[in-house]
Amino acid sequence: MKHFNNIGYFFVEGFRSIFAHGLMSFAALCMIVCCLLIMGSFSLVAINLDEMWGSYEQQNEFLAFVDESYSEEEAKALQSSIEAVPNVAEVTFMSKTEAKDEFAADKDENELFESLPDTVFRDRYRIHVVNLEQLEQTVEQVRQIPGIVNITAAPEIAEGFVVVRNIASGVALILVVTLLLVSLFIITNTIRLATFNRRDEIAIMKMCGATNSFVRWPFVFEGLIIGLFGAVLAFFLQWGIYELIARAIAGSDTIQLITMLPFKRLAGRVMAIFAGTGFVIGVGGSILAIRRFLQV
Amino acid sequence: MIRFIDIYKSYDNGTKALKGISMRIDDGEFVFLVGPSGSGKSTIIKLITAEIAPNEGRLMVNGYNLNTIRPHQVPYMRRTLGVIFQDFRLIEKKSIYENLVFAMRAVGASPREIKKRIQYVLELVGLEGKADRRPDEISGGEQQRVAIARALVNNPSMIIADEPTGNLDPQRSLEIMMLLEKINELGTTVLVVTHEKELVNRFDKRVVAIENGRIISDGMGGYYDNETF
Repeated sequence: MKHFNNIGYFFVEGFRSIFAHGLMSFAALCMIVCCLLIMGSFSLVAINLDEMWGSYEQQNEFLAFVDESYSEEEAKALQSSIEAVPNVAEVTFMSKTEAKDEFAADKDENELFESLPDTVFRDRYRIHVVNLEQLEQTVEQVRQIPGIVNITAAPEIAEGFVVVRNIASGVALILVVTLLLVSLFIITNTIRLATFNRRDEIAIMKMCGATNSFVRWPFVFEGLIIGLFGAVLAFFLQWGIYELIARAIAGSDTIQLITMLPFKRLAGRVMAIFAGTGFVIGVGGSILAIRRFLQV
Repeated sequence: MIRFIDIYKSYDNGTKALKGISMRIDDGEFVFLVGPSGSGKSTIIKLITAEIAPNEGRLMVNGYNLNTIRPHQVPYMRRTLGVIFQDFRLIEKKSIYENLVFAMRAVGASPREIKKRIQYVLELVGLEGKADRRPDEISGGEQQRVAIARALVNNPSMIIADEPTGNLDPQRSLEIMMLLEKINELGTTVLVVTHEKELVNRFDKRVVAIENGRIISDGMGGYYDNETF
């Protein structure tokens, strides 16, 4: 209850302490903002890549060709067998005629292909998969179905995408963890310096009968204020940077193919992650820093 | 009340600071703890304030058994004590009033309690008109009065003064000692650690003399040094 009554005091003391060694606090704030920005930027790149990967996965398909000796009805009957294969999301039958029309439509000089007989083409299935990482297994399973004679798919390309994404995720994770540790180290040293500057005050407080938590709280509030203020600052900077990049990409002729998610769709997540990280770094750093000075 | 029962204390560097100290200080007493440098006086203070623990023996301070006290109980034990240091240990950037507020806030006192108590204590030590001054704006004797006020604000049952006159001239030293005597008369137990023989001899109080970690005398009046025996 007493601690509850003292919250105002802790907050004021923590706030005052920030200005008492303003330069160090400013340095800590800048480092937290930088770390959060770098972390946020990597995370946003990862989220956008993931989104693009997701849309790629949605578009991903392969073709399964039916034996030429099968009639159209017999070919259509294979659909249920294909749909039963795990990881198959959607199956669309395409007759010889439809295949020819699609082929001709892609060509500039349509009239050259108009006279082609339908029999040149084969009945086929356009198959979408759920998870691109399992494309190779799915292709093999479809190939085993009697009546399917050939498949066009490029699992090695899909594998390449998977590898790139996994590497990107791994690198991002390592960077994020490293930057978190760097931020924690910086704020720990900032608070440690503040604690060192006030070691005499702490010793007097302890001698007067202050509990460890009473001594600790103002420093925790100091770390919390720096951490959260850094998070808010980083959030708005991140927003600005993101919008600038998004506009630059949208206005570019060469990289228009890259689509970026609107920041407003990500803002809640970014703010929550920044605030959570700022909180953990600020409070965690303070607690780590002051531990030694409580041994009086 | 303080009870030392056959207390031994050695430091990590091998120094044997106390070699079987036994003494008792009852509530309301005024006691001088005297002895030369390195005799073990500071170790006794540190043991009483629970900064260090004894290696052997039993130690009781104001109802707390310091042999078995748990870390979270130490602050509450310290609230029964008021400690005064030779170098005052005031916070230079705070005014006299703020120094006292600081000590009271440390134990969670309310603003109302703080206002009422500080006014009383400042009057007691004779600094009622100087509350807004900073420590560097007042004399050494007045700074020590502030330190005494700070030790008193939380209404402890015992004041421990560690060489309180070490940085003061003889006249100011006498004034400080008389102030401590006045505080004692108001009911607070006072333990003064000093090696100022002449000052001790001006008061007819109990004197515990310590040398080489052992009590060499314990009685009323005068400074009992080795030559006396």
